[in-house]
Amino acid sequence: MNRIELTSRRDFLNGVFSAGALIFATGAEADVTKATWNPSVFVGLDTDGSVTIVAHRSEMGTGIRTSLPMVVADEMEADWSRVRVEQALGDLKYGSQNTDGSCSIRDFYDIMRETGATARLLLERAAGDQWKVSASDCKARNHEVVHTPSGRKIGFGALASAAAKQPLPRKEEVQLKTAAEFRYIGKGVPSVDLKDICTGRGIYGFDARVPGMVYASIERPPVLGGKLKSFDDTAAKQVAGVTRTVVLEGAQPPYGFQALGGVAVIAGNTWAASEGRKKLKVEWESGPHAVFTSETYKKTLIETASQPQKVVRSVGDVDAAFTGAAKIVEANYYTPLLAHAPMEPPAALADFRDGKVEVWAATQNPQAVLTTVSKALGIKETDVTCHVTLLGGGFGRKSKPDYVAEAALLSKKVGKPVKISWTREEDIHFDYFHTTSAMYFKAALDSSGKPSAWLQRTVFPPIGSTFDEKEQYGGGELSLGFLDVPFDVPNFRAENGPAQAHLRIGWLRSVANIYHAFGIQSFIDELAHAAQKDPVEYWLATLGAPRQLDLATQNAKYTNYGKPLAQYPLDTGRLKRVVEVAAERSGWGNRKTGSGRAWGFAAHRSFLTYVAAVVQIEIDPAGKLRIPRVDMAVDCGSSINPDRVKSQFEGAAVFGASVAMMGEITAADGRVEQGNFNNYPVARINEAPYETHVHLVEGGGPPTGAGEPGVPPMAPAITNAIFAATGKRLRELPIKKQKLV
Amino acid sequence: MIRMPAQNRPSGSGGKITLMIRLKVNGASKEYAGDPAMPLLWYLRDELQLTGSKFGCGMGLCGACTVHVNGEAARSCLTPMQSVSAKQVLTIEGLSTSGDHPLQKAWEQHNVPQCGYCQAGQIMQAASLLKTKPKPTDHDIDEAMQGNICRCGTYQRIREAIKTAAGVKA
Repeated sequence: MNRIELTSRRDFLNGVFSAGALIFATGAEADVTKATWNPSVFVGLDTDGSVTIVAHRSEMGTGIRTSLPMVVADEMEADWSRVRVEQALGDLKYGSQNTDGSCSIRDFYDIMRETGATARLLLERAAGDQWKVSASDCKARNHEVVHTPSGRKIGFGALASAAAKQPLPRKEEVQLKTAAEFRYIGKGVPSVDLKDICTGRGIYGFDARVPGMVYASIERPPVLGGKLKSFDDTAAKQVAGVTRTVVLEGAQPPYGFQALGGVAVIAGNTWAASEGRKKLKVEWESGPHAVFTSETYKKTLIETASQPQKVVRSVGDVDAAFTGAAKIVEANYYTPLLAHAPMEPPAALADFRDGKVEVWAATQNPQAVLTTVSKALGIKETDVTCHVTLLGGGFGRKSKPDYVAEAALLSKKVGKPVKISWTREEDIHFDYFHTTSAMYFKAALDSSGKPSAWLQRTVFPPIGSTFDEKEQYGGGELSLGFLDVPFDVPNFRAENGPAQAHLRIGWLRSVANIYHAFGIQSFIDELAHAAQKDPVEYWLATLGAPRQLDLATQNAKYTNYGKPLAQYPLDTGRLKRVVEVAAERSGWGNRKTGSGRAWGFAAHRSFLTYVAAVVQIEIDPAGKLRIPRVDMAVDCGSSINPDRVKSQFEGAAVFGASVAMMGEITAADGRVEQGNFNNYPVARINEAPYETHVHLVEGGGPPTGAGEPGVPPMAPAITNAIFAATGKRLRELPIKKQKLV
Repeated sequence: MIRMPAQNRPSGSGGKITLMIRLKVNGASKEYAGDPAMPLLWYLRDELQLTGSKFGCGMGLCGACTVHVNGEAARSCLTPMQSVSAKQVLTIEGLSTSGDHPLQKAWEQHNVPQCGYCQAGQIMQAASLLKTKPKPTDHDIDEAMQGNICRCGTYQRIREAIKTAAGVKA
């Protein structure tokens, strides 16, 4: 349900408008059970013709700060060159600002269009009144309204005051543009931040600054839940520039978004704070999580996956089908913990004074900043102001605002604005880790090689444990590529086993789709080879006839990314189409392989988007892997800003290659063993896929997600290619730990 | 990869020496009297408020902090202030007067940045490459740029933009 309201309040945008400006608010009432109305976007037209559009989502590289305002401008017929984008403060009035889950376009595209179209209608009516002609003869066109019969024109600015006095139209009076009328949608405009970024002027969390601020660096408990036993700050205080140390109380489980606590060194610049921290002598009591060592933990996970577990989807009789099957294939898969490692480590600046706090943060979730900071300081949410800077990458890390709470707590204790900027080692040691997982698969093949039964188990410490330490079973993760296996197998059972978390577990770009797609898309490739069939042909044959799946009929609680199946079906026909496009555009059927070169394939639907990837690899005689080319066919409904959609999939190919080839976090005695890009490498220019070709398939229907769905098919497509090249089936990540020749 | 000249390595002298370090940053004369071991990156960012050069690793592993010292690419996170005495430092803010360096224009043309955080370092590294190899091959680009990490994965466009700026076929 959408509502649009005119407003006379001039303080929405800190008074940037002159008197008489047209300012109105649009709201999406996502939860109709709530009585309150949360306006989700504001657009303003000033009397000089300048248009201000508020970006309420965080910019971390997807281009969303440009794409959503561009939608408003298009429907409004505003000239993009006269649009200024203003970043929203954290505020519930916008609806959700949590920029993750690849949902900014799909959740806000319609409301942005209606916002722009309403503005356009008001301007046309204002012109009609002024000229005393029928408004239906007045058409907004590129920042002016034209009286079509006479050709008279008037600029938007001159109409602003009159438009602001127009009564608000009913929703059914507002006409959205047809696709043919789009000026920017489906074409795109350059990012509003492009010039600033290329000249070093973009302001990120690390760059935030206010007069009189000091810098802090925190020594945190190395084992989750560790308690401070004692510390000696004598040497730290002797470092030039260090002014004092401050103890931050340790967090209590469940850890959620709380600051972890520790000993903070306060100094006059970043370097002095960090040098001072290195000189602290701190003793910790480790607590129960000191038992956590990756090697032994891995054995436990695999053992759990080998036993019958809680059934989460079931159809037919898998056990009966296994008995007397022509062929049985079984496999165990394992993936390690991963860290986000955005190029900009977590950073925030807080200024607490007079019982209120103002923060500047690289955050994906400014509303969680309000709740977290207010709780940490014991003040009201309305006494927290959150400015959102540019984010130097997010990937899910920056939707957890523990670092913002640190800055706020320190500012309160120190009585000055405090800037906290994490080192890379802190970023990796104190991440909310992408979980580690073990999976078990068993399939029965009939005499034609077709799977007649499929059993799969997944075991991983869940994200839920971060918010309830007792939680050991998957929640939302099961709907991320595990319950929604699309293959047409008459007997199918999916199970989930328990695992205890010993670190803060969080969501990372594509989340559980990464390990589920790795296991499932590798296993189907194993079956294709067992059946001696071409992997793509076998995949399509197993997918079955085009149909829309309703997993509720198989007792699965599938959440479909929070969207109704009627609107966003799980459509195997669309999956088939992207597979066909990827195969055709890559030249799969005519591929030349041999002497270390081979091709691999995987396809996966996530974030409501259908993706098929064909990866070409080369393995040199020394066993070094190169990826000369990736082809990705993508059906994300429709693309609002196609170049930015393509860039997300190019980037996902690199991110996915990092995950596959080199990503691994381990712990010993509860302590994370990696700390920087030397021992937690990510793909560099000479290791990343040389080129990624993104083929956009217009599947129709509403836009879906773009930021994440390119990642999951990458790892299995690469390891499937490795199998094709070498005959070695890699059932564990990362690849770098295994010999390829 | 960037190798630090011996005199650029932090000495063990810590903050004990006090001397005035004179240098030029983007053409302007500057004086610095603080800890001579402090890396140039923090001088640029915290004292001169030139925040275009970014922190990414503090170990010379990612290239986000890349600036030019006397015309050569250097990792400012590992370059102590005492090593830039009497030197010329160029940062992204000083690369061109109005963002119109051929690389900056090519970066815009190819829509290279995603989050953008690493891009100043990428551009400064690429500018150094083009000085020594005005017509770089793919191999030259890989060699010169492999010290600069982009976690968003814009490498393909970085390569295209360098070629465009250099006028070589993409």
